[in-house]
Amino acid sequence: MHRRDFLKMLGAGCLSGCTPPAPPFPKGELLGVSHDLGHRLHDGTLPAPNSTRHARVVIVGAGVAGLSAAWALRRAGINDFVVLELEKESGGNARAGENAVSAYPWGAHYLPIPTMESKAVRVLLAELGVLQGDPFAQRPRYDERHLCHIPHERLFWNGRWQEGLMPQFGASREDLAQIQQFDELIAHYRQRRDAHGRKAFALPMAHSAQEADLLALDTVSFREFLLSKGLTAAPLHWYVDYCCRDDFGCTAAQTSAWAGLHYFCCRDGEGSNATSDSVLTWAEGNAWLTRRLAAPVGQRLHTQAAVFRVEEQSRKVLLDVFHAGENRSERLIADHVIWAAPLFALPRIFADCPSDLAAAIAQTSHAPWLTANLTLRQPPTGKSGAPLSWDNVLYGTPSLGYVVATHQRLRVTPAPTVLTYYRALTEETPAQGRQRLLNTPWRVWADDILRELSVPHPDIAQHVQRIDLWRNGHAMIRPTVGFIWGNARARLQQTGQRLHLAHADLSGFSLFEEAQYRGIIAAERVMEQEGLRYVSLVA
Amino acid sequence: MRPALLATVFLIASCGLAYELIAGTLASYLLGDSVMQFSTVIGTYLFAMGIGSWLSQYITGRLALRFVQIELLVGLLGGVSAAALFLLYAWVEGPFRLALYLLVLLIGTLVGLEIPLVMRILRQHIGFRDLVSQVLTFDYLGALVVSLLFPMVLAPQLGVVRSAFLFGLLNVLVSLWTIRLFRDELPVRALHLQCGLAALLLSAGFIGSDRITTLAEENLYADRIVYTETTPYQRIVVTRWRDDIRLFLNNNLQFSSRDEYRYHEALIHPALATLPHPARVLVLGGGDGLAVRELLKYPTIQSITLVDLDPAMTRLFSQYPQLTQLNQNALTSPKVQVVNADALVWLEQDAGRYDFIVVDFPDPSNYSVGKLYTEAFYRLMDRHLKEDGLAVIQSTSPMYARRAYWTIVTTLEAAGLQATPYHALVPSFGEWGYIIASHHPYQPPRKFTVPLRFLSPESLPPLFNFPPDMARVPAEVNRLNNQSLVRLFESEWREVIR
Repeated sequence: MHRRDFLKMLGAGCLSGCTPPAPPFPKGELLGVSHDLGHRLHDGTLPAPNSTRHARVVIVGAGVAGLSAAWALRRAGINDFVVLELEKESGGNARAGENAVSAYPWGAHYLPIPTMESKAVRVLLAELGVLQGDPFAQRPRYDERHLCHIPHERLFWNGRWQEGLMPQFGASREDLAQIQQFDELIAHYRQRRDAHGRKAFALPMAHSAQEADLLALDTVSFREFLLSKGLTAAPLHWYVDYCCRDDFGCTAAQTSAWAGLHYFCCRDGEGSNATSDSVLTWAEGNAWLTRRLAAPVGQRLHTQAAVFRVEEQSRKVLLDVFHAGENRSERLIADHVIWAAPLFALPRIFADCPSDLAAAIAQTSHAPWLTANLTLRQPPTGKSGAPLSWDNVLYGTPSLGYVVATHQRLRVTPAPTVLTYYRALTEETPAQGRQRLLNTPWRVWADDILRELSVPHPDIAQHVQRIDLWRNGHAMIRPTVGFIWGNARARLQQTGQRLHLAHADLSGFSLFEEAQYRGIIAAERVMEQEGLRYVSLVA
Repeated sequence: MRPALLATVFLIASCGLAYELIAGTLASYLLGDSVMQFSTVIGTYLFAMGIGSWLSQYITGRLALRFVQIELLVGLLGGVSAAALFLLYAWVEGPFRLALYLLVLLIGTLVGLEIPLVMRILRQHIGFRDLVSQVLTFDYLGALVVSLLFPMVLAPQLGVVRSAFLFGLLNVLVSLWTIRLFRDELPVRALHLQCGLAALLLSAGFIGSDRITTLAEENLYADRIVYTETTPYQRIVVTRWRDDIRLFLNNNLQFSSRDEYRYHEALIHPALATLPHPARVLVLGGGDGLAVRELLKYPTIQSITLVDLDPAMTRLFSQYPQLTQLNQNALTSPKVQVVNADALVWLEQDAGRYDFIVVDFPDPSNYSVGKLYTEAFYRLMDRHLKEDGLAVIQSTSPMYARRAYWTIVTTLEAAGLQATPYHALVPSFGEWGYIIASHHPYQPPRKFTVPLRFLSPESLPPLFNFPPDMARVPAEVNRLNNQSLVRLFESEWREVIR
């Protein structure tokens, strides 16, 4: 026996003998998008349609883009539409779950204070009572209950929690100087306007300035861009990389510098009681918004409805739809189709898909994500420093940290809670990440998550009751180098005759504002082609 | 015989210095100003040793017997000295300094007798030159050893009280040793008995010194702790010193029974006395029932709902005799309904509207409690306030946390309420602040119809006047998404409390 083994054995003996019996390992489920149904779409095993139905507009996909298209149609008084959703529930990336402790998000969980350009977001928030008063005011008032409460965010670094996400305590003088330089660089781009007064980086991104030097930023990675500016500090690069993984599902070395700068520059919306770094958030995340968008759609929303064939004819579009709940298929004959589902699925089912469109879609790539909701008997305790915040991030770990679902709850006393843990699988290629997502058993993920979180929270395992996991192989489009202002995305903008693409994929990154914008643009194009009167929500 | 007696010199010198150090340490510990205490104790001690030396000429015969008796006395007095002084200081507000110097004088005198006697005993065995040299050598050597041992080992390891008992036992040991050396000329049996009794007493003290220390310290520091409980929400400590009962939550003073009437009269009556027919009252926080005691002075009040988070608090103040005497059994009054709930959660669910709302929460020292001072909270509170009703909010000190105080005023105004700030002097807290919130302008009452000790129509107007050092300062609104109040409160109080 080697000495090391002997010591290990001693250690193990002590562990089993000296510590109280460990609580039972938490229970949980492994959930995810309908993988099987997705695959059946193109292996030809679905039944042939046995009925036919006409619809003026068919919206495929009930995520933010599809529900926003429906919202725009409803606002214009058009009610003759159908929304088809592959999953059991609407919401797309804003889907949510709920248990006895709290509602919790499975995806997007906040909305920044809308910019002046995000008109449609403002109108929606006013409609829902979140924004009070004139929706187009420079600094409108927001319902305090939905503004993220203090404490906002904290970072675990060097053995303690610090306030805010930018590494500060433990950073060297040089690091801090570079962080300040970075802030100044961002401030410069935030203020930059073109000859028409357009922002360098606007939200929605379609409103951004089109100056050549700005668009050229798309041809280098965000990491290279920072290095070229002499910004080399490791804590700064960690922070920037974290932001890219969090918003785009890819690393700073993969992200287009234009997209990276867009993230840091575009959010400048303010309120009379909110600053530009304020966000709106809800226990269930952005499902709070999508559920309010879905409710009025009512019977027109069909879930578990898989479109397995699309054919564009001169005056109509034919859609073959499999209703998994009823195990039957039907043919929809639509005047217009708004394709508000992820684009990668389209070429496989689109008869006579134009080859340049298929080629453009082939150039998109999507990030695989894992989301975990941990149900705890009591809020996590542990290492000193800043108190438990809404967003809690761990420096140098593969995850993106966790968000506290009960943060907005109005109560003083500590109570059971749900932590939503996010992880973009960026260590490998998206395809390899998807394989890992598919092949890794629940217990391996659960162990991995608890191991990571027990560094700042040594006793967390004793308080966790459940760990539920959500796997999403194509969670969000990746704004990789060259994609934002390259030919592929330009091709996606070209509209079909009756098949209109409407998805955040068209913007190159998955944000509520972008998805909503694309959905509304498609709806308004339909209305224009139909010669209907409407007041634009985006112009 | 000679080495044995020189060893004795070493030991008695050690003990002698030890008592001096113990007295000095204890005096500095209890009275402070260690330079003064050590100087006066050492001075007195040396002077007393001089007296002892002078007195030694009057001891003529039976030197060994006298020496043994003196040793026993030194051992007893020195051994119990620390414990006695400690208990005396803690329990009797007596003349501690007088007792201290008397004891030092007594022990010093006895110790002063020792060396001359030993020298006279040894003179029979050693020549004078060697005698002086050797006795004094061992005397100083013993002093050196103890002066090093005491601060480095004994005081930190054993404590002052136990060390004293240990040296007392050493003195008894010296006695026994001496009895053995001079067994032919001494009444051995009687002396052994005395030694045994002394040893027994000192051993008991040595073993029990922890309890003696605890007994003394309990009295010394937190007055007398009469009740402690750790609940899921806080640590509750009630102390009593003479007729002063104090409540501490998480080590923060909540009230002192000597002046709590000032705090609670100022909290309740300026607002309540202006309401013509207050019937329904809501108290948020205030689980001690003292605010309720003031409310119950008004016969028109039909129901009081008290919402306090901690059931242990309201139970304590409903059952514990000294405390129910203080709140005059307010919490068990049939008019009072006690609810143990999170005020925010309860307010969201309750549909009631009240004539008077008393908001008596702990100070906003963390984000959790800070939520109870936000615009959102005051809007929620407002939903429960009748159109002609009034609310009063305890709002920290406008003197020590001036910006925090005016932040609360500004926040109430942002929530659409009229805010009337006022303050009162509560000696155990300092200058304390309150705010009346209402829908219509508030006018102070012209008279009070209930018995009061602090407030009178004449003493009231100055409470609404803020002198320049507490006058209004511009402040931010405290919101759930900024909680500026918590940061202000922390920074302002940090300036005041060391």
